[in-house]
Amino acid sequence: MGVSASAGDGRLTPAPTPGPSGRDAHPLARFVARRVAQGVATLLVASVCVFIGTSVLPGSPATALLGRDANAKAVAEIDHRLGYDKPIVGRYLSWLEGALHGDLGNSSIDIAQGATKAPVWPIIRSPLADTATLAVITIILLIPLSLLMGLVAGLTAGRWPDHLLSTLTLVFISMPEFVVGSLLIAVFFVAFNLLPPVSLVAPGVFPLLHPNVLVLPVLTLLGISLAWTVRLIRVGVIEVVKTDYVRLARLHGISERRVLRRYVLRNALAPSIQIFALSIQYLFGGVIVTETVFSYPGLGRQLVNAVTSHDNTEVQAIALILATIYILINVVADLLVIVLVPKLRTTS
Amino acid sequence: MSALRFAGTGRGRVGLVILGFVLAVALLGPFFAPHDPAALVGAPGSSPSGASPLGTDGLGRDVLSRVLWGGRSVLWLSLSATALAFVVGTLIGAVAGYSRSLLDPLLMRLVDVVLSFPPILFILIIATGVGESELILVIEVAIVLAPGLARIVYSATREISVRGYTEAAVARGERTSAILAREILPNILGPLIANLGLTVTFSVLLIAAVNFLGVGLQPPAANWALMISENRDILSINAWATVVPAGLIGLLTIGVNLVGDAISHTLGVAGRQAPTLTPGAAELTPAAELVR
Repeated sequence: MGVSASAGDGRLTPAPTPGPSGRDAHPLARFVARRVAQGVATLLVASVCVFIGTSVLPGSPATALLGRDANAKAVAEIDHRLGYDKPIVGRYLSWLEGALHGDLGNSSIDIAQGATKAPVWPIIRSPLADTATLAVITIILLIPLSLLMGLVAGLTAGRWPDHLLSTLTLVFISMPEFVVGSLLIAVFFVAFNLLPPVSLVAPGVFPLLHPNVLVLPVLTLLGISLAWTVRLIRVGVIEVVKTDYVRLARLHGISERRVLRRYVLRNALAPSIQIFALSIQYLFGGVIVTETVFSYPGLGRQLVNAVTSHDNTEVQAIALILATIYILINVVADLLVIVLVPKLRTTS
Repeated sequence: MSALRFAGTGRGRVGLVILGFVLAVALLGPFFAPHDPAALVGAPGSSPSGASPLGTDGLGRDVLSRVLWGGRSVLWLSLSATALAFVVGTLIGAVAGYSRSLLDPLLMRLVDVVLSFPPILFILIIATGVGESELILVIEVAIVLAPGLARIVYSATREISVRGYTEAAVARGERTSAILAREILPNILGPLIANLGLTVTFSVLLIAAVNFLGVGLQPPAANWALMISENRDILSINAWATVVPAGLIGLLTIGVNLVGDAISHTLGVAGRQAPTLTPGAAELTPAAELVR
């Protein structure tokens, strides 16, 4: 959603005649600068949201540890230890300053329980690597597979391969990832006993060393993200096939192979950058649920655990990391498209 | 009603049959449940038998009874969230689109902020702050769904507010609320209806995911999504306890999706038109776009 949105208002307006003020930087450079600035601003607002959600709203580690009818003195004591009795703006600023220096704070629960130091970063470093592994494998498989299947569906529009793919993708698109995951476990573990139902990886162990625990999580993520990349690419291909330049190329007697490669594929490819950016962003939501399904020790499961135990600092840290990557993908996708598709540099 | 013609299309018919089945199970199920959904009726994780046709779950409760009871909350939670999202989204979009004051950029930037978060992450952050309850769950999901609708209403309103009949109403000196209700709202119903199916689907998916993650409804509530997370551990002992609720949630969303799709097609309104680079991508299925 973010990608498509910013693509709309992020288009380059035709450069006004360079004013005498000397601000005649290259329009592309100006666009890049503006888009990056926009991204940084969004990130700042996002950090405020994360902070408000976890620190201003009533739920606190104190009530989570002591229960709702804990005595006020004990709650005040914990709140004091966590610094919750200080003014909110100051707390936000010092949190932000720490985060900018790579210090994501101390685990609220540990501090509340009396520890003096319990940095969050070492706790989430290994989950971050595990999630990255899962995501990268999924993306590496996702891109060629969805291009291939989208192309097949688009070129055979209205015939059986298209019907088959369209029905399959509709089914997958409608299903929550935990349903797909649970059904995959039912088939591959309960019925055939081929693959493990949980993907336990010891902390610090590189998950690729145990490829069999990665198969089902990757399949789950792939099933759902493929479903809609294929549908979107199919629409793009159908549009391109209908254009005058493809019809003309065919009338010219250019071989079908060449028509596909030079005209269809190339023109259907540009919009798919945005599609892939969207689906990679989707992976962030999907990963949270999928990791929980398979008890995979990634960032998503860590986040869910932190939320249920009300470890505010840990939630803030993970949410900030996820939001940063999310926004970064957005910006990079917009820049890539603008660089690759000159047509979009002029406003509509 | 031209909107009802969708029932004549193949997709619409298949969707209606699937949806009818799931609705029947969810709404009428409780009347046929052999046991109390919370009662312990047998040994934990026993296989299907005469007394409990789908076996028992990890605590020894009857799976069939829990399935028959577990659909109601899935339905009413997602429908309330959808309704709330439509009200809030329409209000924000119409007010921002119609007003030419500071409200416009203010509201729409707010919409952008919500859209720049992964929906599940957004819900988890709120859940950390305010805890878990049914009301909170509905509000959280509505907050995530409303911005998408607000954008649609916003652009439709912008277009209509410069039409002759709206300007005539302004010239007659009518109150703003009357203009919004009589001139704007009837004219933005089309795109709103076209998005009903998708929004319900997102809502079901999101609520199910949040319940599954354990930050929504709490045990011992009988709920299909909750059942899946409760019974995963005994998957190899009694798979029915997981597979049946999983299948029903899948069927529900597929049914809603098919019907919603058929409605937008017969209305001739493209579904939620994401302003992407794909020209005329009317078939864009932005289900994933919002949900995940």
